[in-house]
Amino acid sequence: MDDALIEKLGILADAAKYDASCASSGAKPRRGGTEGLGSTTGAGICHAYTPDGRCVSLLKILLTNHCLFDCVYCINRRSSNVRRARFTVAEVVDLTLGFYKRNCIEGLFLSSGIIRSPDHTMEQMMLVARTLRRDHGFAGYIHLKTIPEASPWLIEQAGLWADRLSINLELPTDHSLKAFAPEKNGGTIKAVMGQVNERIVEAKEERRRFSPAGQSTQLIVGADDATDRLVLETSGTLYQRYGLRRVYYSAFSPIPEASSVLPVKPPPLQRENRLYQADWLLRYYGFTVEEIASGGEGGMLDLGIDPKLAWALKNRERFPVDVNRADREMLLRVPGLGARAVDKILSARRHTRLRMEDLGRLSSGLRRARPFLIAADYHPVGGLTDRLDLRQRLVTPSRQLSLF
Amino acid sequence: MHTITLQEGADLDGFRRAVRRLTAARTAPEEVLWSVGAPSLFGDDALASDADAPVFLPQAVGPLIETVVCHGDPERYALLHRLVWRVLNGERALLDQHADPLVHRLERLDKAVRRDIHKMHAFLRFRALPPTAPGPEGGERYVAWFEPDHHIVEAVAPFFVERFESMVWTILTPKGSLHWDRRRLMTGPPAERPDALAHDRVADDRFAEGWLRYYESTFNPARVNPTAMRAEMPRKYWANMPETAAIPAMVRSAPARVQAMLEAEAAIPRRRMPEKAVAAMARQAPESLADLNRLIQRSEPLVPGATQAVLGEGPEGAAIAIVGEQPGDQEDRDGRPFVGPAGQLLTAALEEAGIDRESLYLTNAVKHFKFVQRGKRRIHQSPTAGEVKHYRWWLMTELGFVRPRLVVALGATAALALSGRPVSVLRERGPMAFDGWNGFVTVHPSYLLRLPGDEDRRRAQAEFVADLRRAAALA
Ligand code: SF4
Repeated sequence: MDDALIEKLGILADAAKYDASCASSGAKPRRGGTEGLGSTTGAGICHAYTPDGRCVSLLKILLTNHCLFDCVYCINRRSSNVRRARFTVAEVVDLTLGFYKRNCIEGLFLSSGIIRSPDHTMEQMMLVARTLRRDHGFAGYIHLKTIPEASPWLIEQAGLWADRLSINLELPTDHSLKAFAPEKNGGTIKAVMGQVNERIVEAKEERRRFSPAGQSTQLIVGADDATDRLVLETSGTLYQRYGLRRVYYSAFSPIPEASSVLPVKPPPLQRENRLYQADWLLRYYGFTVEEIASGGEGGMLDLGIDPKLAWALKNRERFPVDVNRADREMLLRVPGLGARAVDKILSARRHTRLRMEDLGRLSSGLRRARPFLIAADYHPVGGLTDRLDLRQRLVTPSRQLSLF
Repeated sequence: MHTITLQEGADLDGFRRAVRRLTAARTAPEEVLWSVGAPSLFGDDALASDADAPVFLPQAVGPLIETVVCHGDPERYALLHRLVWRVLNGERALLDQHADPLVHRLERLDKAVRRDIHKMHAFLRFRALPPTAPGPEGGERYVAWFEPDHHIVEAVAPFFVERFESMVWTILTPKGSLHWDRRRLMTGPPAERPDALAHDRVADDRFAEGWLRYYESTFNPARVNPTAMRAEMPRKYWANMPETAAIPAMVRSAPARVQAMLEAEAAIPRRRMPEKAVAAMARQAPESLADLNRLIQRSEPLVPGATQAVLGEGPEGAAIAIVGEQPGDQEDRDGRPFVGPAGQLLTAALEEAGIDRESLYLTNAVKHFKFVQRGKRRIHQSPTAGEVKHYRWWLMTELGFVRPRLVVALGATAALALSGRPVSVLRERGPMAFDGWNGFVTVHPSYLLRLPGDEDRRRAQAEFVADLRRAAALA
């Protein structure tokens, strides 16, 4: 690894960092054995955290940051003046293996600007994955960000080698796409998502390996004027129709070489955070987009409090909830109680009537949950949920939350 | 009062032996004093017993004990003994009572050990040492220094062995060491940090140095949030991770970097004409059948088996294209479609129907032979529906170049590929509209080969020839 390669690595890692996804989870167990290298365990590991609080799990780089396209939110767009660089297939393979052997990463997340043609670019990316798997017996994680404009046969090939494929939708509406990413087409992107989803489902039924960790996408928030409700509706559709594993939200972040078409001020980072929390409620807590949106105003989530609390405050008549009687569904709606705590409550209450002291050992969010609960020895006094200042009392001086 | 002394570290064996004897002697936890120090001894002879019978515990208890013994807490053995005692004395479901103080405390110890194990898996860094001698033993060697909180050195070994089985490596810690030589795992005594692994020697290994650059570059200064970072990567681990040396400077320079980005005038877009991009997209599709065939040949089979891709054969512009299932054993060897037994049958039927095989375009829905090896024989396997769809784009693009007036599907696989839905050949044989093509469905000749009775086979063959005649008339 010489100085020139280190220099390129700097440029192409810098250019890739605006992609929020870093998960290395969901892969089927696999090991490289004495001839290959590596293993995947299913859970994925964060090998470091950068001072922005984000997890470093995969070597996240671009094959090149040259690009024919001109998406305004992107630092690599054709019209930007950044320094450009380009890796060869062999260089990416070497870097991946070298860092993997030093236990720095779980694998590779490869993306690319579009050079020559979408097919050419996608084929180079597919070749990286194929070389790692076939020539080096690499059993670590591989995530390929597919280029939706590439020919379908390349997707069919890429899925053979990758653990996860992603196709970034980037903007929630066709209207914004047209304005900000003139060469992209929402229809094309969704068609590829459909193709990938179909193959993944078939392969699972037929017990074959095809992108076994599923597919994901990313939405940029704050670059256009889409409301949180609209963003969440888009996610809801993506989860249902295309079986996506994850939708990542990336608060539009100021980039060097910004285009004049973009908003001057970035959106508050908290917005991204609230969207992740809402997404979680959507997938695991049985909330609908409608319910989540009702917690905020005008289609935007409340930035000051999390969406579950926001919903509870607007639906006070449903509380307090008796922890010794309520069903799982209702317990999940109590602010401060996570799914893990709820399951512990359900199992513990079979043996004893739960008191506040017990709950303190089962959940770490009891302070917040308190006004919404009834326990064997506790009933919120004077209808605490009716107090107008409840919101005030529950909002902690805003603490930065960690992202995934 | 009994005093039991176990070995330093995680003495699971010693604890197990002790618990068996204590249980056999029905000794209550209040009567036992646990201490740690070499060697593992039962200070009290009253406990020496032949009754080393295993103790039967509910499923979840064993794994909990295995983790908790790794904890550094001197009370761990006493707590675990209390757990075992209560479980054996009427509280079998004790571990479900997460609100019980003892269970709660043990869960916290368990969690702390798990976290420590997880962080060691995550934060340990290998550095490459220069090779000492040629050969696998003298090839690249990797060494790491790590300081875990708890006695987890042996607990982490399986992870590293599995992941780095093909490498030679050593892990040194103040609590013990591990060495893997690609075959055996050896454990060793506590170690000290070798000078070679100091952070300022990171440039000895260019990849370790490259990792620093990566770490700095993947950080987004617009989102600086050291609190979140420290919650997941507490300072105590930093000494083991060379990249953390860069953190102070990264944090310090972040506000200025962001300010510079915000203040910089938005760039005036340079050329923004999309023609080049649009042209590139148009240019990428294969421009001829030969182009497409090159692509197919270069690509990985999407079914298991296959020595080579078998491409279509026949003139572009043929009036009829015949699509079979997939190449067979003979086709896979020769690299040509319809040359095996089924192909010969097809040729004979075509002749009988008065159709010139040379005038047709012949191809398969799946371009590779899918088989399993049984001794010397390669047994044909039908492609699954999903596999057929992997090939669909190729088939459709191919037909786009040939532009036949009629596409004949031989058998269910071809009909599925062409129509995109499952087709029952015997019930639906005859004309059928495919995706953009006039089509015709009939049986695959291998079906005729498999019919048992001569009579049945003769009749089916006559029907097949009749189908071919009808298809020719349609074209
Ligand atoms: S195609 Fe991708 S790399 Fe190119 S400008 Fe658009 S987002 Fe950026």
